[in-house]
Amino acid sequence: MHPWGKWGRNFVEYGVAAAQAALADAGVEWADIQFVSGADTIRNGYPGFVAGATFAQALGWTGARVASSYAACASGATAVAAARAQILAGLCDVALVVGADTTPKGFFAPVGGERRDDPDWLRFHLLGATNPTYFALYARRRMELFGATEDDFAAVKVKNARHGVHNPNARYRAEVTAEEVLASPMVADPLRLLEICATSDGGAALVLSSMDFARRHGQADPVRVAAVSTVTPRFPQAVIEMPNFATDSAASVTGGPAPTFRQSIATAAYEEAGIGPEDVDVAEVYDLSSALELDWYEDIGLCKEGEAEKLLRDGDTAIGGRIPVNPSGGLSCFGEAIPAQAIAQVCELTWQLRGQAGERQVEGARVGVSANQGLFGHGSSVVVTR
Amino acid sequence: MPGKTQVAAQPGWYTLDPEPALLGSRCGRCGTVAFPKEQAFCRNPACDGTDFAEVELSRRGRIWSYTDARYQPPTPYVAADPYVPFALAAVELAAEKMVVMGQVASGIDAGDIHIGDEVELVLEPLYEDEEHVYLIWKWRPLVAGILKDVSEQLVRAVD
Ligand SMILES: [Zn+2]
Repeated sequence: MHPWGKWGRNFVEYGVAAAQAALADAGVEWADIQFVSGADTIRNGYPGFVAGATFAQALGWTGARVASSYAACASGATAVAAARAQILAGLCDVALVVGADTTPKGFFAPVGGERRDDPDWLRFHLLGATNPTYFALYARRRMELFGATEDDFAAVKVKNARHGVHNPNARYRAEVTAEEVLASPMVADPLRLLEICATSDGGAALVLSSMDFARRHGQADPVRVAAVSTVTPRFPQAVIEMPNFATDSAASVTGGPAPTFRQSIATAAYEEAGIGPEDVDVAEVYDLSSALELDWYEDIGLCKEGEAEKLLRDGDTAIGGRIPVNPSGGLSCFGEAIPAQAIAQVCELTWQLRGQAGERQVEGARVGVSANQGLFGHGSSVVVTR
Repeated sequence: MPGKTQVAAQPGWYTLDPEPALLGSRCGRCGTVAFPKEQAFCRNPACDGTDFAEVELSRRGRIWSYTDARYQPPTPYVAADPYVPFALAAVELAAEKMVVMGQVASGIDAGDIHIGDEVELVLEPLYEDEEHVYLIWKWRPLVAGILKDVSEQLVRAVD
């Protein structure tokens, strides 16, 4: 990885640094990489739209095959899925996955121009609905349905900040108190500034290979990618999702409520890996807001619906607890570097499973899961095992 | 505002009647309703319908959740100067079994509303230019609306 921060340099720099670190870690030469899978960024001009080729050119053309993926926040997982499929299909032995971003300050704004057929443009124009307002709708819903409190939301931030102190790749590495969180300005009621993830620069990369290739290169017991879930929602999608104006109508559908999109993301990953949530030792989830982390506890099956606050209050999701969540510090300590973020989740799980996470190590971790969701309906969950 | 023409900020998405309604589509084959309107494809994966009728959605619903925007959203939002924060609501329409977003009527804060409150659709100015006032749909709590009407009547009665 290249550390997360806010420098405004060319995103290619971050991606190349992350790629070189991943190659060194794997003991693989760049010239040996057969497939380059780039996760795209839409805020850095044309090179960002063809990130795979951009990184390949920066590392030096070798003739390797290439793909570039855009799936909003899920771009990294989609790039992992593309590389993994090549390997599983026997089309290549070793692949490099890279994502990096440079982000503007403040709220994420839509791409420019007047685009009245693009819901992402329209929701800003007609509603002034920024990303945090959607997160806040879910947070308010938790308070109403499950008795979540502002103190609970603050406690998530306090926990993640404590984890991030020990992560050299994190952008924010200072503990915060619940009082500081609750004294930070309200952005979108009930969410406060310190509970909403920032936008960051950063880069992350992975080397993926077949088991044979890994063993031939001296990795007797590598971390395995047991599943990559890139599911879409199922009709009718009954939860309002960014950037939409409305949910699907469920009026013409009979039968009980189907699993929500967020629930289906990890479920598909568990099924593919042949495990269940009870097997998970460590999780990295997309805490775009502190409250959203609580939704994920339930959506990835760490507890039943309505029990996330208890899991948090009992300390189960802190390092040292029963099922630590976001030992990296999460988005809370990183801020979001969109195409790199899902890759960074897998980097953290890999270090955790190898026992290389230093002071943020989850003892004895053998199974890790990541979860994330890309705008417009891109699921993203990766299960890694050792 | 006198002399300016009132137009929809997003033409075709809602009526400009005194009792306005959002305009959705209804699939001629399976009856699935969508907002904004579908023109070509039905969202129901079990349906290959291609004919869609324009339908007015329910004017009333209940708040599914709500929040507010304390900081000025980036462009293309056209903010007043100085910026005036507003509340947002996601509103559940019972007949359509769907949730529709909207700003909450001006003057009503997030602290004034609750999940489950009944709201109705109203039109308010979103922004204006030299010639036009651009109208947008908003959700107005019925209770707050009634109280406002009553207080205006009381004021008139006192006058
Ligand atoms: Zn249909």
